[in-house]
Amino acid sequence: MTTSAPRHSAPRLSDARVWTRLQPIAAVLLGATVIGIPLWLVVVTAGKSQGEALSPNLALPSEWHLWENFATVWTDGEIPAAFFGSLLVVVPTVAGVLTVGSLASWVLARRATRLTAVLYALAISGIVLPPAVVTVVLLLRYLGLAGTAVGMIGVYMGIYLSTVIFFVTGFVRTIPVSLEEAAQIDGAGPFTVFRRVVLPLLRPVLATATILICLYVWNDVFYAFFVVGGRLDTLPLNLFRVASAGLYLDNWHLIFAYVILMSLPLVIVFVVAQRKIISGITSGAVK
Amino acid sequence: MPTAQQTPTPVRPGPPTPTPRHRPTRHPGTTHRRTHPMWFIAPALAVLVVFFFVPTLFNFVYAFTDWSSFKTSINAVGIDNFTDLAADGTLFSALRITVVYAVLVAVFQNAFGFVLAVLLERDTRLNRVVRVFFLIPVLMSALAVGYVFQALLKPDGSLNQLVEAVVRHPFEYAWLGDTTWTIVVVAVIHAWKWMGLSMLIYLAGLKTIPEDLLEAAHIDGASRWRTFWAIKSPLLAPAVTFNVATALLGSMNGFDIVQATTGGGPARTTEILNIFIYRTFGQGLFAQATTMSLVLFLLVALMAFPVIRFLRKREEIL
Repeated sequence: MTTSAPRHSAPRLSDARVWTRLQPIAAVLLGATVIGIPLWLVVVTAGKSQGEALSPNLALPSEWHLWENFATVWTDGEIPAAFFGSLLVVVPTVAGVLTVGSLASWVLARRATRLTAVLYALAISGIVLPPAVVTVVLLLRYLGLAGTAVGMIGVYMGIYLSTVIFFVTGFVRTIPVSLEEAAQIDGAGPFTVFRRVVLPLLRPVLATATILICLYVWNDVFYAFFVVGGRLDTLPLNLFRVASAGLYLDNWHLIFAYVILMSLPLVIVFVVAQRKIISGITSGAVK
Repeated sequence: MPTAQQTPTPVRPGPPTPTPRHRPTRHPGTTHRRTHPMWFIAPALAVLVVFFFVPTLFNFVYAFTDWSSFKTSINAVGIDNFTDLAADGTLFSALRITVVYAVLVAVFQNAFGFVLAVLLERDTRLNRVVRVFFLIPVLMSALAVGYVFQALLKPDGSLNQLVEAVVRHPFEYAWLGDTTWTIVVVAVIHAWKWMGLSMLIYLAGLKTIPEDLLEAAHIDGASRWRTFWAIKSPLLAPAVTFNVATALLGSMNGFDIVQATTGGGPARTTEILNIFIYRTFGQGLFAQATTMSLVLFLLVALMAFPVIRFLRKREEIL
C-alpha cells in the first residue's frame, strides 16, 4: 500500500486525526443500524396490537400494548413455570460442573503422568465433539431418568464439563505450587489444600466458566427438546412452542414480548456485572 | 502410570537433586498420590463416561439398527441406514450444506468481529458503550435471534422497506426463500449473533501487543496502516485460530438459528445435519436420526483432531 510515503510525520498525524474524528461517528452509526434496528423492531412490535403486528415493521405502535402483551405471554407461555424450569436446570448444572470439574482439573494439572495426559485429552474432547443427542435419550430411558430434570442436568454436565476442565486446568498451571506446599507442610490434607488454597485462587476462571455455561444452558433449546421436550418447561422450549404453535402463527407481538421477558434476566445480570464479565470471557481465550 | 525406566519428564520438579534411592523415578509419583489423589478425578470422569462417552458409543451401535417408534424390538440391519440415506441423496446434501454453512459462519463471524475490534479498539467511554451494544446478541437466545430476523427479512419486512426507501422503487426480495442464497443469509445471521464474542477476543488479542513494539514502529516511521498489517495482525494469530476454530465447530453443531429462520427450507437447501436429526427424531425414525448423529460426530472428529492438537500445544506454551 504505502511503501515509501510516510517518512514525514505530518501526513501520519493528520491521518490519525481524521481517524479520531471519524471513528466515533462510524461506531455509533454501525451500532445503531446493525444492532439498533433489530432491537427496535423487537420493542415496537412487542408493543403493538395483534392487527398492527401482523406484518412487523419499524413504525411506532399507534397505541402501546406492551404490558398487555407481557401479561398474555406470562400466562399463555407459562413464563413462571418455564422460568423455574430453567432455573431448576441451570443452577445445579453450573454448581455441579464447577465443583466436579475444578476438583479434577487441579489433579490433572498437577500430576504430569502419561495417564493424566490421556485422561485430560479425553476430558477436553467434548469441547469439539458433538454430543450424541439421540442415543442419550435411550440411555436416560435405561437409567429411568428420561424426561426428568436430573437427566437434563446430567446431559448438560456431560456436555459442558469439558469446557470447565479445559479452562480451569490451564489456569491451575499458572498458579505456583509453592502456595500449596506451604499448606502441605502445615499438615493439611489434599481436600483442605484444595478448598482453602486452590479454590479461592480459581475464582476468576470459575467466574468465566459460570458465565459461559449459564449463557449456553439458559438459551439451549436443541438438547432440551430431545431430553425434556414436552415434560418440563424451560424458557426457550416455551418460546419455541409459542412460536411454532399454529394458534400463535404470525402473532409477532407475543413472540417478541416473550423474547424481551426471556432475555431480561441475562441482560440485567450482564449490565450489572459488565466489566467483570468482559474481562472474564477474554482472559480465558487469549493468553 | 509411566512404566518406570524412561521417565525424565516429571514436569513438576520435586527436590532438584534426584535422591538416589532404589527406584528414584517413583518418588514424585508417591508424593502426588498423597497430595493430589487420583480419586479427585473420579466424579468428573463418571459424569463424562455416563452422559457423554456411553451415548457416543451407542451411536456406533444404534446407527446399524432399525430402532424406531413404530416397533417395540430393535434389530440389527447392517449398513442399510447409510445406504438408504446415501441413495436418496440426503446424506451428501446434508453433509455439504453443513460444511458450507460452517465455513461461511467462520468467515463472516471473524470478519465482522475483526472489523468491530479494530473500530472499537481505543478505550474511550463511547467505545465501551458501543461494545456492550454488540454483546447483546451474544446474550440473546439463538432462537429469539432467528425469529427477529425472520420478521426483519420477510418479503414485506422492514429490511426491504428500508431498501425501497433508498432505491425508490418496489423491492420484494425473499431473503429467506432463495434456494441458492438463503444459506448465506442464515450464515450472516449466525455471525451477527456471535460477532460480539469474536470482537471481545480480538480486542483481548490487541491488548496483548506490547506498547514498546508499536512505539518502535512509530519511531522507525511506519504508517498506521503499515503498523497494522506488519505488526498487529501477525500478533493476533492466536486470537484468529481460537475464533476460527470455535466458529467452525460451533456452527457445525448449530440448530436454533436455522430452525427459527428457515426450518431447513426452502426446498431443504438449508437443512444442516442437526435440523435433519431433529426432524427425523420427531417423526419417530430414531435409527435414521442416530445415523446422521454419527455422521455429524465423524465429520466433526475428522475436522477437530488437528484443532485439539493445536489447543493443547498452545496450553504447553502457557
